[in-house]
Amino acid sequence: MKKIQDFNIYANHRLNYETFILELKAPEKLPEIFPGQFAQLKINNHPQVFLRRPFSIHNVDYEKNTISFFIKIIGEGTRSLQKLNKKNSINVIYPLGNSFNLPKQNNVLLVGGGTGVAPLLLLSKSLKNNNISPVILIGGRSRNDILQIKEFEKYCKVLITTEDGTLGEKGLVTQHSVFQTDKFPFKKIYTCGPELMMKAIGKFAKKNNIECEVSLENTMACGFGACLCCVVETSKGNKCVCTEGPVFNIKYLKW
Amino acid sequence: MVDLKIKIQKLELKNPVMTASGTFGYGEEYTDFFDISKLGGIIVKGITIKPREGNPYPRMAETASGMLNAVGLQNKGVDYFIKNIYPEIKNYDTNIIVNINGSTIEEYIQVAEKINELDKIPAIELNISCPNVKEGGMAFGTSYQSAKAVTEAVRKAYYKTLIVKLSPNVTDITEIAKSVEGAGADSISLINTLLGMAIDAETRKPVLSTITGGLSGPAVKPIALRMVWQVYNSVKIPVIGLGGIMNTSDAIEFIIAGASAIQVGTANFIDPQITVKIIDGIEEYLNKHKIDSIRELVGALNV
Repeated sequence: MKKIQDFNIYANHRLNYETFILELKAPEKLPEIFPGQFAQLKINNHPQVFLRRPFSIHNVDYEKNTISFFIKIIGEGTRSLQKLNKKNSINVIYPLGNSFNLPKQNNVLLVGGGTGVAPLLLLSKSLKNNNISPVILIGGRSRNDILQIKEFEKYCKVLITTEDGTLGEKGLVTQHSVFQTDKFPFKKIYTCGPELMMKAIGKFAKKNNIECEVSLENTMACGFGACLCCVVETSKGNKCVCTEGPVFNIKYLKW
Repeated sequence: MVDLKIKIQKLELKNPVMTASGTFGYGEEYTDFFDISKLGGIIVKGITIKPREGNPYPRMAETASGMLNAVGLQNKGVDYFIKNIYPEIKNYDTNIIVNINGSTIEEYIQVAEKINELDKIPAIELNISCPNVKEGGMAFGTSYQSAKAVTEAVRKAYYKTLIVKLSPNVTDITEIAKSVEGAGADSISLINTLLGMAIDAETRKPVLSTITGGLSGPAVKPIALRMVWQVYNSVKIPVIGLGGIMNTSDAIEFIIAGASAIQVGTANFIDPQITVKIIDGIEEYLNKHKIDSIRELVGALNV
């Protein structure tokens, strides 16, 4: 069941010059939130920001009763979220969308590019709780863009690529040696990141007959299936990313 | 206890607050947020004779105090609606009104005839104002001759309350309003979206796949208010006002301008509970101003 509630700001801390973690405390006991789901955050008193902003749920702490978001400053909406402090509250619609499906087998690779790692932390946690030890490959432009490593290391083995070679292997995520082996060891891939990256991973998965789920972030107005703006073309017609996604199995996408 | 009841000819509303087509799905999208039977009415997503996939993504662009959409009447067709959606929503204690569309007059008639058979649908909203389809839609609503022709044809096929939704993309809205009144419309709703456009300066590309789209939200409210007032002063049938209503005050302003009822559209996306807040707000307003019935406020502009 979807909820609309005012949350208090529990913590808001910068990870680097453009990325921050916004942790929000729920007014009542959190419902169960599944990895891949998202929330619509209302931006208050900002003339240039009319609609809510959708973000993947990065982490959930049921003991503290908080949910957190991994956010990059892109425009006015995200900039105003970065300025929120403990005195503020924020209106949240959640949990929205479907979720990642747990794999049938153990060998699982997660691939996150840039802020695309956002939904993968909750997924890593869930996999670990289901006795699966995932490997995550994180890609970014430079070492300063590779974030939340310590968090991911709690649940995953972490591989890294940077475009400038300042951390991990040099190059794009899709050029990482894990994709270059003769026998790719993983049975399922979960990915989120820039569309070109996800498409390249999807192509690799299709070619090698590997299950692959992607989390999409099409522009949306409502987030709960009313406006029909965020559609993606699938083999079963146009589907709303907000209600039938954001997670899609690539076999249904026209990639 | 103030009286919020209002009549649109034979259509009885428990209060003047309805939801605009295309912003409220089939109602079920909102049942997690509030009891939708509190509404005066729900105008469901536009329906066509055959299923439509709508326009390609991207379909939406946020603008200053508003948004552009180019959904293009994505829906599963009237037969799917009757078989699968109608049974799920027909027992809500509110007026479920179907927004109907067509590429030709014949298609409008076919949809209207099918909806006419549904006991729990007391009215249709004839959409002659969708700016996002290549054929039909707004083309019917931008000349008084074609607006008249399609309204007359549907009037003959439909026996219950017929609301005609007008496009603001015209030179003289009163000319169109008078022609649909003459053709047998029971009520007029306005405004649909204003044709607009957004460009990405970095890529020099249009933001929407269709290049142009329909503008809604508070950016259009002053235009909508002006048109409601103009139409109220030029026809005798009840007017339903919409266009950028975000709160109680906006809703009251439309009623004062001449709207017997109002529709909330884009605001539902930002606050899915806004309609109930507006219903409560109207009641408070009437109490505060010692007005017994909402009907006293319709067209009560002091000039």
